[in-house]
Amino acid sequence: MYAVNFLILGALLFSLGVFGVIARRNAVMVLMSIELILNAVNVNLIAFALMNDSAEGHVFALYVIAVAAAEVGVGLAMVLMIYRNRRSIALDELSALKG
Amino acid sequence: MSALFAADVNVAQNVGFYIIAAVMLYGAVRIVSTRNVVHAALWLVLVLGGVAAQYVLAAAEFVAVSQVMVYIGAVMVLFLFGIMLTRATIGSEDGLNNRGWGLGIPVALLLAGTMIWVIVDEYGSSVIESPDGPMPTTALSDVFLREGLVPFLALSFVLLAAAIGAIVLARKD
Repeated sequence: MYAVNFLILGALLFSLGVFGVIARRNAVMVLMSIELILNAVNVNLIAFALMNDSAEGHVFALYVIAVAAAEVGVGLAMVLMIYRNRRSIALDELSALKG
Repeated sequence: MSALFAADVNVAQNVGFYIIAAVMLYGAVRIVSTRNVVHAALWLVLVLGGVAAQYVLAAAEFVAVSQVMVYIGAVMVLFLFGIMLTRATIGSEDGLNNRGWGLGIPVALLLAGTMIWVIVDEYGSSVIESPDGPMPTTALSDVFLREGLVPFLALSFVLLAAAIGAIVLARKD
């Protein structure tokens, strides 16, 4: 197995996730793109753990999975609250804090 | 292509990797380009399942099972509920993209190009030895309960705080 396989897959998934975060206007779609980014990072962590034959990378990937689960829970609760108050989750309309 | 059949490279593992990776990349492109939010969530299931399959190929079976349970089991249900509760229309809809969404294409291409260049420069010729077997779960628990104990406990509080915070935010009052 080539080391570049996993790392390039991670880089491509990361770039697609960044594109989604920039391009999407719907808050739920932006959260999905953030999941893509976190999974790209996890693929890299597992690849480096495989290269070094160590368990630390696996443990770190599990931490990332747990933080991602917490992030999605809080993020979707915030999206629900915004939808309830404004009847819209378009991110470019959320400009109340703009100076 | 001849490099694929070098003596120290496991051919079956590489072929499996490329098939799964192609499916994952197609699914990821559909996530960021589809005009139907529910379809994007279902493509995300495919990509997350592909990531779990790559973990199995990389001898990380505990992480693969956790990925299936946490992401496909829990996070996707949350996403589908989030879509259901925040959307009026069923089917494809307009206005999912920002006006300046085209800016994302050069940014993503530049990012991917830079990262791939660095990766190929550093790891272009290195081959990972085939592991003896899956990483034993006891090795993971040794790390979790020694060096990783403090972040593990901190993570428990993060999860508790996130659960309470999500309940407080989403509560109707």
